[in-house]
Amino acid sequence: MNSSLWHEVPSSWYLILSALLFSLGVIGFLIKRTLITVFMSIELMLNAVNLSFVTFAHDWHAVKGQIFVFFVMMVAAAEAAVGLAIIISVYRSRATLNVDQIDLMKL
Amino acid sequence: MHLILFLIFAGFCLAGAVNLLLQTHPINSALSLIVVMSSLAVLYLLLGAEFLAIAQIIVYAGAVMVLFTFVVMLLNVGEEEKTHGSKVAKVVGFPAIFVFFSVITTVVLEAQRHLDSLKMGGIRLSDAMTTIRELSQVLFTDMLLPFELTSVLILIAILGAVALARKEGHS
Repeated sequence: MNSSLWHEVPSSWYLILSALLFSLGVIGFLIKRTLITVFMSIELMLNAVNLSFVTFAHDWHAVKGQIFVFFVMMVAAAEAAVGLAIIISVYRSRATLNVDQIDLMKL
Repeated sequence: MHLILFLIFAGFCLAGAVNLLLQTHPINSALSLIVVMSSLAVLYLLLGAEFLAIAQIIVYAGAVMVLFTFVVMLLNVGEEEKTHGSKVAKVVGFPAIFVFFSVITTVVLEAQRHLDSLKMGGIRLSDAMTTIRELSQVLFTDMLLPFELTSVLILIAILGAVALARKEGHS
């Protein structure tokens, strides 16, 4: 029992780590005041979800779970490109990245 | 061995995530996010997903985070201004996160207790890796249409990014 404890980690630990990272991402989304850091918190949440996908894929020997993570990565990369372009154009038109000052769609 | 590796890299992950929240300068937050993503790659490797571990390093820690640091430096973003923040976030947001986390943890631990019904066993280093061959066989047969659609999505995203970031009146 004791020797097997060193060689295996229950998959629930991975899932709890994933939930913890997701919660930290949400907290960052709420407390951060710079647009870029808010965006980083979203990336953190995406990564947390990916971790639980990989854990379940391992538990259930399902390759499709890993393929879903692959798709999430691709969509996240596309989202990062578009999001950062939006951030650049917001900065051009308002000269600030503070989310408290970017609360209107209209200039 | 697995336990030690898990504890080390889970620790790195959490430390990076907490540091992301505590830093006031965006470039420090970006660097701690790189730490989180790199240690997640090691955790993927422990879970037998070798392709995803490499993709995580290349796509996230490489491409996406370079984009982030590039934008932070391009816009010359300074220290974060301290403001009071939103009241709704404090009143509804934080209790909601706490409830969310507690529910997930309870469900997972409860499921762990009934191992057999949910196939949630221990994870060992000696477990079989998912080889790239297995992964690509599913990806290029069952998942071919979504895969091709992703390439269209990325093309549109690139065009959108170029169109958005272009200087106006500068054709």
